[in-house]
Amino acid sequence: MKIKVLLYTRFERFWHWFQAFLIIFLLVTGFEVHGTVKIFGYGAACYWHNLAGLTLLILTAFAIFWHLTTGAWKHYQPCSDNLKEIGAYYCVGIMRGESHPFHKSQERKLNPLQALSYFVLKMVLLPLQLVSGLLYYLYNDWLSWGLTMRLDGVAMLHTAMAFVMLLFLLVHVYLATTGSTLISYMMAMITGWEELDEEG
Amino acid sequence: MDMKGLNYSCTTCHVTKAHKISGRYYSRPAPGRHQLALPADDGERLACESCHSRRPHKKTDILNHHTDRVACQSCHIPRYARGGIFTKMWWDWSTAGKLTEAGKAIVKNDKSGNLIYHTKKGDMGWAENVVPEYFWYNGSMSYLQEGDRIPAHDGPLELNSLQGNYADPGARIFPFKVMRGKQPYDPVERMLLVPYLFGKKGTGAYWADADWVKAAAIGMREAGLPFSGKVDFIRTDMYWPITHMVAPKESSVECAECHRRDNGRLAKLTSFYLPGRDRWQLLDSLGWGLLGLTFLVLLLHAGLRLTSSSRRKNGNVQGGKS
Repeated sequence: MKIKVLLYTRFERFWHWFQAFLIIFLLVTGFEVHGTVKIFGYGAACYWHNLAGLTLLILTAFAIFWHLTTGAWKHYQPCSDNLKEIGAYYCVGIMRGESHPFHKSQERKLNPLQALSYFVLKMVLLPLQLVSGLLYYLYNDWLSWGLTMRLDGVAMLHTAMAFVMLLFLLVHVYLATTGSTLISYMMAMITGWEELDEEG
Repeated sequence: MDMKGLNYSCTTCHVTKAHKISGRYYSRPAPGRHQLALPADDGERLACESCHSRRPHKKTDILNHHTDRVACQSCHIPRYARGGIFTKMWWDWSTAGKLTEAGKAIVKNDKSGNLIYHTKKGDMGWAENVVPEYFWYNGSMSYLQEGDRIPAHDGPLELNSLQGNYADPGARIFPFKVMRGKQPYDPVERMLLVPYLFGKKGTGAYWADADWVKAAAIGMREAGLPFSGKVDFIRTDMYWPITHMVAPKESSVECAECHRRDNGRLAKLTSFYLPGRDRWQLLDSLGWGLLGLTFLVLLLHAGLRLTSSSRRKNGNVQGGKS
């Protein structure tokens, strides 16, 4: 029996899509600053990249506050249950039309593989990217802070993490098509409601 | 001077106090702790920052992030020798002394009227609308002076060498005209020569008798310097900071003239990371390689999903029939 459940609250959806827009925009402008593409013009790309980066920083501050106050942070607690089964599902089971070995619920929205990858995204990738980006932006003040490192290292880290972010985005968008229909997961993230199997 | 502009005179910037004219080059390229290099703080009103401050860009703050390492002149004087006035870029003294078959002096001008050969002076090269060359510069130069031994050097001899580099927080990227040429020197004493040029015939003056050895012997004797009797020519470079001929802001150097992969204006300044120009090739290759590989894997996965689901559908239909 299927039931409709409000899985993603209004803030969560706003946060997801705004963050998605910012990250894609940051990737495009960032790779222009890096010299890979030419779209906006160098000066404009630089300006918009900085603005979008600072916006993402503010959005992240709100998201952290929201996760802490609502307790939603618990969804990202990584656990190793079923990781093998979930891996096997994406490799084989999904081809056979089997159902996902993990049962989503309002109490546990993310499967362990998701929780693990989002945990790494939020605890490692995003902080590294935000901190290296902010450092990059405040490059002129390093000397007055007593920082004597060179820009090279920060730029390399920022670029490397951008590649990882793009990789995440690619896989994330692809896996978003693995719901009951191609767009069912995406629609859930837009409306907030998702059809779930009612648990026993 | 410019009647259409603010009609400044020389001394508007070159403030003169007690017969001391401020200049000639910027002695303080980056105004220290002050936002404004006010005469009261820095004693003069010579730097661009004296009036414009260190954060003069109102619309685009990112440009203000440049002012600590890039001199105003670097962007605001996109080219020098503008407006149809040529500037001398090359002077080769070693070719002086040629005569016509009739024994007359040779004087040649190019189409624009610039002197390109003179028997007394040798070959000259001229250019207009020249893109400056850029170097790190902290406001100090060390000059090779009369009587100095020529130091060991690679490439052309620098008549003045610029002080400052990326590691020096007081240095900024500054635009220069580099005057190149060949000058007479003493290869034994390793010293630039002070030739006796101007005089009457028979005095040994180069411009009258065309004999470098004689002219050098007299010149060096007068200067009180040693001379071995040998004259050769050496390639020399001289750096001229460019600070006049500021262009209207619309024609300033564009971001991408430096922030570009190849052939940027700062292509020769490689001691630092310049965004848009520099990258770690290995990282880029690895990144795009991994992305491409992942894309292929996902494509394969999607293909398998598609075929297996359509096969399943067909199977179900058949199952329904039976």
